[in-house]
Amino acid sequence: MTDTAMTVIGQSVIGKPVSRVDGRAKVTGAATYAGEFRPDRLAHAAVVTSTIPAGRIRALFADAAESSPGVLVVATHHNAPRLPYNSMAQRPQVDPQAGDQLRVLQSPEIRFNGQPIAVVVAETLEQATHAAALIRVEYDPAPAVTRFEEAAKSPRKPSAGKPTDLARGDADAALAAAQVTIDATYDQPMEHHNAIEPHVTIAAWDGDRLTLWDKTQWVGNDRAEIAHVFGIPEEDIRVVSPFVGGAFGSALRTWPHVTLAAIAAKMAGRPVKLELTRRQLFSAIGFRPRTVQRVALGAEADGRLTALIQEAVGHTSQYEDYAETTVEPASMLYSCPNLRTAYRLAPMNINSPCPMRAPGVVTGVLALEMAMDELAEAAGVDPLDLRLRNYAERDENKDLPWSSKGLRDCYKTAAERFGWSGRSPKPGSMRDGRELVGWGMATAVYPTHRAAASASVVIRDDGTAVVRSAASDMGPGTYTSMTQVAAEALDLPVERVRFELGDTDLPKAPVHGGSITMASVGSAVQAACVAARARMRALSNAVDPVRGADYAEILRRHGLPQVDVEADAAPGIEQKRFSMYAFGAIFAEVRVDPDLGTVRVPRLVGAYGSGRIVNPKTARSQCVGGMVLGLGMALSEQSEWDDRFGKVMNANLAEYLVPVNADVPHLDVTFVDEHDPHVNPLGVKGLAEIAAVGVTPAIANAVHHATGIRFRSLPITPDKVLAGLSKKR
Amino acid sequence: MPEPANNTPLTAAMAADITLDVNGARHTLHLDVRTTLLDALRDHLGLTGTKKGCDLGQCGACTVLVDGRPVVSCLTLAATQQGRAVTTIEGLERDGKLHPVQEAFIEHDAFQCGYCTPGQIMAAVGLLNEGVPTTDAAIRERMSGNLCRCGAYVNIVEAVKAAAAMATPDQKG
Amino acid sequence: MHPFAYTAAQTPQDVTTRGSHPPHPDILAGGTDLLQLLKERVRTPAELIDINGLDLGGIDEKNGCLRVGALVRMSELAADPRVTRDWPVVSKALLDSASAQVRNMASIAGNLLQRTRCPYFRDATTPCNKRDPGTGCSALDGLNRTHAILGTSDRCIAAHPSDLAVALVALDARISILGPDGEDEVAVENLHRLPGDTPHMETVLQPGDLITAIHIPASECARRSHYVKVRDRASFEWALVSAAVGLDMDGGTISDARVAVGGVGTKPWRLRTVESLLIGKAPGPQVFKAAADRAADGAQPRGGNAYKVELLKHTVTRALMELGGCA
Repeated sequence: MTDTAMTVIGQSVIGKPVSRVDGRAKVTGAATYAGEFRPDRLAHAAVVTSTIPAGRIRALFADAAESSPGVLVVATHHNAPRLPYNSMAQRPQVDPQAGDQLRVLQSPEIRFNGQPIAVVVAETLEQATHAAALIRVEYDPAPAVTRFEEAAKSPRKPSAGKPTDLARGDADAALAAAQVTIDATYDQPMEHHNAIEPHVTIAAWDGDRLTLWDKTQWVGNDRAEIAHVFGIPEEDIRVVSPFVGGAFGSALRTWPHVTLAAIAAKMAGRPVKLELTRRQLFSAIGFRPRTVQRVALGAEADGRLTALIQEAVGHTSQYEDYAETTVEPASMLYSCPNLRTAYRLAPMNINSPCPMRAPGVVTGVLALEMAMDELAEAAGVDPLDLRLRNYAERDENKDLPWSSKGLRDCYKTAAERFGWSGRSPKPGSMRDGRELVGWGMATAVYPTHRAAASASVVIRDDGTAVVRSAASDMGPGTYTSMTQVAAEALDLPVERVRFELGDTDLPKAPVHGGSITMASVGSAVQAACVAARARMRALSNAVDPVRGADYAEILRRHGLPQVDVEADAAPGIEQKRFSMYAFGAIFAEVRVDPDLGTVRVPRLVGAYGSGRIVNPKTARSQCVGGMVLGLGMALSEQSEWDDRFGKVMNANLAEYLVPVNADVPHLDVTFVDEHDPHVNPLGVKGLAEIAAVGVTPAIANAVHHATGIRFRSLPITPDKVLAGLSKKR
Repeated sequence: MPEPANNTPLTAAMAADITLDVNGARHTLHLDVRTTLLDALRDHLGLTGTKKGCDLGQCGACTVLVDGRPVVSCLTLAATQQGRAVTTIEGLERDGKLHPVQEAFIEHDAFQCGYCTPGQIMAAVGLLNEGVPTTDAAIRERMSGNLCRCGAYVNIVEAVKAAAAMATPDQKG
Repeated sequence: MHPFAYTAAQTPQDVTTRGSHPPHPDILAGGTDLLQLLKERVRTPAELIDINGLDLGGIDEKNGCLRVGALVRMSELAADPRVTRDWPVVSKALLDSASAQVRNMASIAGNLLQRTRCPYFRDATTPCNKRDPGTGCSALDGLNRTHAILGTSDRCIAAHPSDLAVALVALDARISILGPDGEDEVAVENLHRLPGDTPHMETVLQPGDLITAIHIPASECARRSHYVKVRDRASFEWALVSAAVGLDMDGGTISDARVAVGGVGTKPWRLRTVESLLIGKAPGPQVFKAAADRAADGAQPRGGNAYKVELLKHTVTRALMELGGCA
């Protein structure tokens, strides 16, 4: 089911900056997000969470809540249905590959502070929220592991999942023998996704059938997981999620609150809406784990790498092994004969982490690219030159050729647009008045994956088409890009094509994450549309390819109201023949106020080699968005953990500091031409993740260039800058 | 200074009949006095275009205009809004024609997921109601009460500038 | 939110009368802080009295003093042409606060009474002497990067969050209070108490007291004034450190000076020592720096906020330099 857009006549709409087809719905408030459906007799739920990090509930008093006005039911481990939590034949890749998911209201056990322990359902949100506060709990606390440093002392190897310990040559010996060495530790804090839309589920039972309107990046998996939790057939569950108000990985998994909503609806005998509060979002869903990494680099005097060691420790929960691919980029980003990587887990009394935009990769590249900057300084080589001297002509980890690699073009394009050649190499040597100016750069990388997907097409006798797949659109523009792919393959103007997603009644789609949607669902949409067009051609008995403009006439001639076609598309053996990655180069300018310690970023320049760009308008938006995320990671974002209580204290949007408009500078995005015939039929590599990679180290490296100080613990806040500068003085 | 609200005296009530003027239509609702304007709009009037993000006034997603000025509806009790004119995202279109800010947001791709978008647009309309800001820096500062986690800020600034150039007084919200 | 009964006050006396009797209703003005406190259950009043219907607005200039009604919104005061001309530090402090939306809602009296951003105060599950007297202070040995270094006690190190209050303290502003026993006036500087052993008692206001107006005297220092606010992100954040400064010049020397700082004190903090070191000197970088070097006298940092000692001096210097045309 490959091939091809080659048969399409007329001007290609792929590659055009089409405005979002759902734009009007989003700017008028008509787009309906999960929490905005209104089934009849909808009741409201409020979640009660634990206030200790470990132990057992000794007693839970719900009487006051139960008799509070408007309360319909209070679900606790005493009265909630015992659920089978059947194991799935194959664990979804969005779940940790070892351990057991949190089972809600099944026992009095407490494994982290903020664990859901009860849910109150009432007629109104105000009643439910208040009643939830009336529940009194007595605990038998148990010793808890809440200090990262303590947990990291005896870390353990992930017990399942992708291997993280890679080696070639003898890295330690090569490091000992190297002419130039760097050996440093980098600390990246815990970060939370903080999509503006809170996680929300509306659950409605009709007998044994369950409908979930849920914030999810994967309706199919939501259905499968809830079916296993409740021990009911998947066919009895429908999940609907047409719009997702940002997720960045936080809606990949099916979280405990989805089960809670379904329990609550069952017990209340009413449809129930359960929306997590902003504070609860800091413990009820996942986060990017805090990761401490050692990077040791050995090089020849000219900066050519001879040894690369990257060892990472990230935290996880007491009940699941959540491991990231943090150290994978080290294995392939540069040419280096001697490599050793390791990833270890530090289990704590905390909820499980989960993927957050460019999971693992963003973290690993951060440390590696900050270390490369240190090496450049130590070897007296320009940071960009250093990257070029260590350019990997093939994937030395997989020992495969690249399917395509536009990284040289990225370096060149971004460096020129930034004006990198004007950089004065000495740290602290560029000033503007009192401000210290710094220029830094970093490489970006993200693997290109693809999964099986299906799509259907209906061509109607009015000459329009509806294309469907159970995909998701959390913001990249799936609705729009799929419409473009379909319009091109069907030879129809985009206005005559409608794409539908976010419903388990539609043909199966894989997870909307890991930048795979365009490659996976796009390929299925293309295949289905090519097949549909072939069907039309067969109907028309034409020798030449049929024109979209003739569909209505052809169908009318045959007395057919419509033609239905469904197609599947799946990756082949290309992953075995080629190593597939998107690459990019990021350049940053910072201004450091040496007296006040503030760091501001007036401009960022990024160039990306990411295969074919289906829609340059929405693609650019993804890239500027990734830059903003990277900016926040560099300068302000951190979940402030109090290890005495085992909880995040800045659990709101006033003190968890995501960048605001005033923080965001001039952002320059370029896509270098890259034709990749191997990755997938569309030749796309995805953008969501790579857009977030490399930005943070580019900024951190620029801060070093401005100040001469290495800030290896993020974010680089004024307190750290001032401490660093006064130590230097 | 807004005129003092023309409140019906509410004598220490836990619930009350509250009349809201939303997008030019009057609605009388019997509400728990704890109900915020945001929840009244979303849960009671079905006007879900106004979004709940943080529910603590820290993200701006719930921005609506009250008497023409942007406020966060999550920190506004519905009971305090009687006699005020509330404008939500649903009230910006005129005769099927989008407000210039809405048009500009589409044209400049000033959003991705779209969830913060109604709040951004209402904040921008409120900003333009006050007069056109002169610099990009002024727009950035004034729009800083609206978080966009997808990071569309640069496009939002372009959209606000374009709308400022397009807007005519009768099209303002 | 805990259930409450809602009343809309018709007269100021409704507030003073109801307020001085149980259940001592919380006063609702702009609501931008109170609603947060209600939602987080930091406050659980049985009654709320809405004063937005009272005639407490208006900005009037009389006898060299600006009288600002308690219910004037932050945005209104910030944009008032008299304020931008003769009290620029007030306008700047307001515009550096919160967001446009919040400034449209929040009253200036409420701004002075907003509660600390200490995360332990705002999380009802953690010990906090300010919220639950006697439970202990979690910030002393906890996350305290944003906390106060001046005016602290071993019971509380929470920083006062208002920017406006810093400007008003610098300018010797006063507030009018209507209480059950009549009217009173108090300097903004004396409105807030030090935490001492009773951090839950934040102001000198008594139950039933209602702030009706703020009076900001005109002065040369007010006319020549400035506000500098340092924060992690460029906008929409409370101050790590801020400084309100005003200078009056007599020929080539400073004849009067005002310096107050925020983000560092348990209450808005006036720096009279720094002022005295400026008066009688010719303005310039050396003088500003020497004076600002005394800004953190008596500071008691606690780990995470130690950087504020230096940042405070630098911020005061910066504010003076920008005002004095040296930056």
